[in-house]
Amino acid sequence: MKNKSLISIHDYSKEDYLKVIEVASEFEKNTHKYGDLLKGRIVATLFFEPSTRTRLSFESAVQRLGGSIIGFSEAGTSSVSKGESLKDTIKTVTQYSDLIIMRHPAEGSARWASEVSGVPVINAGDGANQHPTQCLLDLYTIKQTQGKLDDLTITMVGDLKYGRTVHSLLQAMSNFRPRFRFVSPKELKMPQEYKLYLEQHNIEWSEHEDLQSVMTDSDIVYVTRVQRERFSDPIEYERVKNAYVVHKSMLEGTKPNLRILHPLPRVNEIHIDVDDTDKAYYFQQALNGVYTRMAIISLILGLK
Amino acid sequence: MENKDKKELKVSAIKNGTVIDHIPAKNLFKVISILELQTIDTQITIGYNFESKKLGKKGIIKISEKFPDQKDLNKIAIIAPEAKVNIIKDYNVVDKKTVQVPDYVEGIIKCMNPKCITNHETVTTRFDVFKKNEVSLKCCYCEKITDQEHFELL
Repeated sequence: MKNKSLISIHDYSKEDYLKVIEVASEFEKNTHKYGDLLKGRIVATLFFEPSTRTRLSFESAVQRLGGSIIGFSEAGTSSVSKGESLKDTIKTVTQYSDLIIMRHPAEGSARWASEVSGVPVINAGDGANQHPTQCLLDLYTIKQTQGKLDDLTITMVGDLKYGRTVHSLLQAMSNFRPRFRFVSPKELKMPQEYKLYLEQHNIEWSEHEDLQSVMTDSDIVYVTRVQRERFSDPIEYERVKNAYVVHKSMLEGTKPNLRILHPLPRVNEIHIDVDDTDKAYYFQQALNGVYTRMAIISLILGLK
Repeated sequence: MENKDKKELKVSAIKNGTVIDHIPAKNLFKVISILELQTIDTQITIGYNFESKKLGKKGIIKISEKFPDQKDLNKIAIIAPEAKVNIIKDYNVVDKKTVQVPDYVEGIIKCMNPKCITNHETVTTRFDVFKKNEVSLKCCYCEKITDQEHFELL
C-alpha cells in the first residue's frame, strides 16, 4: 500500500482490507500515542465540491497524527474558478504536499489525478463513482461490532440502485462469505450487474419488499437514504417513503448482535427513537471513519 | 467460382496491398477513421453497402501498397470483429489474417458517461475490454461500461 494511491475499492485486496482494519484498531486503542506520526508531513485536502463530513473526518485524522493540512473546501475558492484544469491544479499541489486527498464531481477524476500527481492520491469521492474510504470504515465497523467479517447476514435497505456505498460494500464483503438481503422500493433495486457479481462468487442473496421480515436474522442492517429526486413518479415516492424507515419497535426480536449502520447524513430513514438503543451504531461508525482514515494515510505514507 | 469473380470485380483488384473485407457497413467510415486512411497517399478503393449473407450489408477497403501491422488492425476489431484481412502481392493473396479484439483500448472511443472526467478535460480515454463478443468497454477512469451501440469515435 506504500506510495500507492487509493482510488477505488478494487485497488485493495482482502489482505489490504485486513491490514487497514488492524492498523485502525491500534489507532482507536492508542489514539494519543501517535500524535507525532505525521509530524513534518503536509497533506492537501482538495474538495472541488463541498462535503463537510468527509473533509472534517480526513482533517481530524491528519491532525490526530500531527500532520499539517493545506487545501480548499470548494472549487469556488480555488484557481478552478479561474479556469485551471484539474491536471494543472494537481501538478501544482504535488509540489506542496506529501499526499493529496480529493473530492471532485467528475467520475474518474481521482484516477486521472493519481496519474498526473507526483504524490499518492486518496479518493474522497468522485461523483457517483467511488468513495473507498467509506467502504473501509464500513468494514472496520462491521468487524468491530461483530468481532468478525466472515459468514454474516447483511441487510441493505433503501436506495440500492444509485447508492455507491452499498455497491462498494457488497463487493468488499464478498471476500467474507456473506448472505445479503436487499430491501428497496422497486424503482431502486440492486442493479443486475451486482446480482450477477454475487452469483459468480456463489454468494447467497435475496430481495424483499418488507423490511421487518428480514430484520430478525440480520447481523447488520445497512440503511441508505431514499431520495425523492430518484423517482420519476412523485406519487410513488409518497407511497413508499415510509416503508423503508427503521423504527425502534422493529428491533424487537432481532439478534442481540444486530447493529444498524448508515453512511450519513440521515434524513428520516432511521427514526430518532432508534438513536438511544444499543443497536444504533451510525455515530460510532462516523467516528470509525477517523481511525480508518488515520490507518489509510499512515499506510500510504509508509509510516505503519 | 464465377460468382466470386464477379463480386470481386465490383471493386477493382489491387496489385499490392491490403484488402479489408467483412466490415459491417454501418461501421465502414469508422474503420477508415481508426486506420487514419485519410492520411494515406496511395490509392484506396472503398466499397460500401455490398450484400453480405453474414452481415446484411458490408463494406470493403482496398489499400494499395500499404500493409498495416496487426496491432493497428486489431484496433478495428472493436467495431468490426469479423473483418478479414487479405495481403495481396502481385494480384495474389499471400496471407489471410483475422482481427483480434484487444484486452485494452486506448483513445479511439469516447466514454459514454457524460460525467466522466475524460469528457471534461483533455484526457486520453482508456478502457479494459469488458466483453469480447458484442464488444463492451469498461472505462479505466469512471468504471462505467460503454457498449457497442454507444461507441462514438474521438
